[in-house]
Amino acid sequence: MRAKLEIVAESGLQFFGKMTASISHEIKNVLAIINENAGLLEDLVLMADGGAEIEPQRLKNMSRTVMKQVSRADIIMKNMNRLAHSVDESIKTIDLNDLLELLVALSNRFASTRGVGIQLKRNEGPLKLRTSPFFLVNLLWLCLDFAMDAAGEDKIVELVTRNTETGIEVFFKRLGGLAEAPLKPFPAEPEKGLCDLLRTELEVSTGNQEIVVRIAGDIDRD
Amino acid sequence: MPQKVLIVDDEKDFLDIIAERLLARGMDVSTATSAEDALNMVEEESFDVVILDFMMPALDGFKALKLMKAKRPDVQIIVLTGNVPDEKRREAKALGALDVIEKPPDLKDLIQKIKKAKKPQRTVREKKGRRKK
Repeated sequence: MRAKLEIVAESGLQFFGKMTASISHEIKNVLAIINENAGLLEDLVLMADGGAEIEPQRLKNMSRTVMKQVSRADIIMKNMNRLAHSVDESIKTIDLNDLLELLVALSNRFASTRGVGIQLKRNEGPLKLRTSPFFLVNLLWLCLDFAMDAAGEDKIVELVTRNTETGIEVFFKRLGGLAEAPLKPFPAEPEKGLCDLLRTELEVSTGNQEIVVRIAGDIDRD
Repeated sequence: MPQKVLIVDDEKDFLDIIAERLLARGMDVSTATSAEDALNMVEEESFDVVILDFMMPALDGFKALKLMKAKRPDVQIIVLTGNVPDEKRREAKALGALDVIEKPPDLKDLIQKIKKAKKPQRTVREKKGRRKK
């Protein structure tokens, strides 16, 4: 059996690779839209040179489309930047609300291709944790990835959090598909390795149709 | 006779403009925003070329390609995708794709590929112009 550290490191790299590939794909879509608008502008100018009239509203609409796509790309890159910076410090104090928002933002495209919706119920107050941000978002992604395949008939995965005495619980709810076979084994070695590293427990409850992740409030505290 | 093209992409901002530009260049263009709609359209009508976005909600690109080819073996499919690793390109071609193009596509290149595609056998009903909408 491979050393746990090796499994966790490999999981981290795979997660990073998957996310950056998804981000690059989205950016390509944005570039395609901007490129077609530029091409159409060129076509319209050629037509105008030939005496055709260009409607100002047409140009306004094209301009709005381009601005909308630039705004979209900006958000995508901000999320990529947040993911990139999650490895700056191996352990730090974070607000889990922010990490979960990042997770959902990174996961939306994956959810969309599977026909699943993700609903995050942001906790009203801060959810402070001292942990490894990158490996925690990695673990939560693995849970969400599994949860999307186990979503119930309404195809919604709901994320809810709760403060406890020792840390924070994250619930992946509405997993009506948990009782159905076949789903991949979960938790598998990567999830178990990450849980050990993060001093976290993971419970799959078919009866409650949910996954519960119990995260230690301070990874360094005994 | 103009090339009959079906473009399939869930990004409407992309779909509408590329359709308009191909129409302006004399092609007969239809559009679909989902693989499911596209499969229904391919069943109803004979297209010379389908331009298929590979990453759309609900139906995996490879599955969509397989299903389309099963419904219309002679339809020429050009896959459009954000990134094309060699493995993906090989797999798409093995499933019958005419070509795999990266987004953003070069329109001249795309038009050349569309024009080179072989025309499928049209049914007698289609030749007489009696098409179901």
